[in-house]
Amino acid sequence: MYDIKNYVEATSVAEATALLAQNPELRIIAGGTDVLIKMQHGSLVAAELLSIRSISALTNITMAEDGIIRIGALASFTLVHQNKLVEANLMALREAALSMGGPQIRNVATIGGNICNGVTSADSAPILFALDAVLKLENASGSRLVPITEFYRGPGQVALAPDEMLTEIQIEPASYVGCGSHYIKFAMRNAMDIATLGVAVVCRVKDGCFDQVRIGLGVAGPTPLRCLEAEAYAVGQPVNQATIGQIGQLALNSTRARTSWRASKEYREHLVTELTQRALKVAIVRAGGAELA
Amino acid sequence: MHKKITFQLNGKSVNCEVDVRQSLLDLLRSQLGFTGAKKGCGVGECGACTVLIDGQPIDSCIYLAVWADGKAVRTIEGIAQNGALSKVQQAFVDEGAVQCGFCTPGLVLTTTALVESGQEFTRDELKRELSGHLCRCTGYQNILHAAEQSLGHKCACKEGHQAEAPAVGECQSK
Repeated sequence: MYDIKNYVEATSVAEATALLAQNPELRIIAGGTDVLIKMQHGSLVAAELLSIRSISALTNITMAEDGIIRIGALASFTLVHQNKLVEANLMALREAALSMGGPQIRNVATIGGNICNGVTSADSAPILFALDAVLKLENASGSRLVPITEFYRGPGQVALAPDEMLTEIQIEPASYVGCGSHYIKFAMRNAMDIATLGVAVVCRVKDGCFDQVRIGLGVAGPTPLRCLEAEAYAVGQPVNQATIGQIGQLALNSTRARTSWRASKEYREHLVTELTQRALKVAIVRAGGAELA
Repeated sequence: MHKKITFQLNGKSVNCEVDVRQSLLDLLRSQLGFTGAKKGCGVGECGACTVLIDGQPIDSCIYLAVWADGKAVRTIEGIAQNGALSKVQQAFVDEGAVQCGFCTPGLVLTTTALVESGQEFTRDELKRELSGHLCRCTGYQNILHAAEQSLGHKCACKEGHQAEAPAVGECQSK
């Protein structure tokens, strides 16, 4: 038996936020693949749960006329992976969705839960960082938009008030139109594993030069992060091996990797420089650039 | 705290009162007597507790029983019809894909979902689709063969696993 003290269900965002306003102790549960495991491990006890899994409107993935892609917080990883809009526009997000857990987990785990869980190894985080995703947080009195790069406060800590819930992930057209992207998950196993390092790259190429590069890393610090120094360097540089080598080196300056039982700090840093380059090579081709040897 | 739920279990309607703290696995095994789904790791890693919910494989150990309300749940007990093994079950027998049997119910269910999806899978895709199941007898090769036979694939090895249909890459076994 799970250590559940109270269990309530909401069927709409309005109902969920009203319940959250009444009882700040309520903990949101969606797919349950993080919350129930925390309870199984004893790190969450006497839980008061608010299930939002019946709010079917939050599973939609849509593109508006202005090009903004909206991913409902309750879209499962399977839905994200199978979605045509994601496949056509956000290839690295598709790859990230498929890299998470195994099929049974992907069928229930939600992208919103992955983000709100607040861990640096979340497979959806590096690419959502690199896409400058914006999170829509709602409470009983309204909503606010928070860039995902400002959402993570520390390990397991996110900028979600006790009365708020994440309802939607928004991606602006400027973040993906004309871009190529790629996600590399480095782990000990090909499935059912937590990333040792996750690297997502988005780039745009113009006249043989980088027009834009965005790099999101997972497990390279206490939270997912961006490599702003490397990104700034890349703009206007020719697309060649020397440039991406330098981008890989500079990416390291933004990291705060540490040693864990999975890998040493030094090993992770090696992975950052190497995998950033490998991810870039794929993203360049997807962005219409020439393949580098 | 209890809640009344109604769901389809292997095609039959079930009404029951469940404890909100209960996993679907506990409900199936302890309350309803369906012990085909096994409790392995209890944290959604091994796949021994896999059941199909509305046709999709899920880990029933990390799925609350109350969530089954209104859903169609299928367990291994519902796969054989009138005492006859399903095509997938027969393939597992034919290929020697069962050793201790603990992972088998889950693997048969996931493979059944793949067959019923009507999609085609390459060997690499099949490996990925079955990756949520751990077999500690290390029988993966035969399990893959069984899944391929279930899908009507021809194995590229000399043993002639099933005729017809697309070849799906090199067979590693002898």
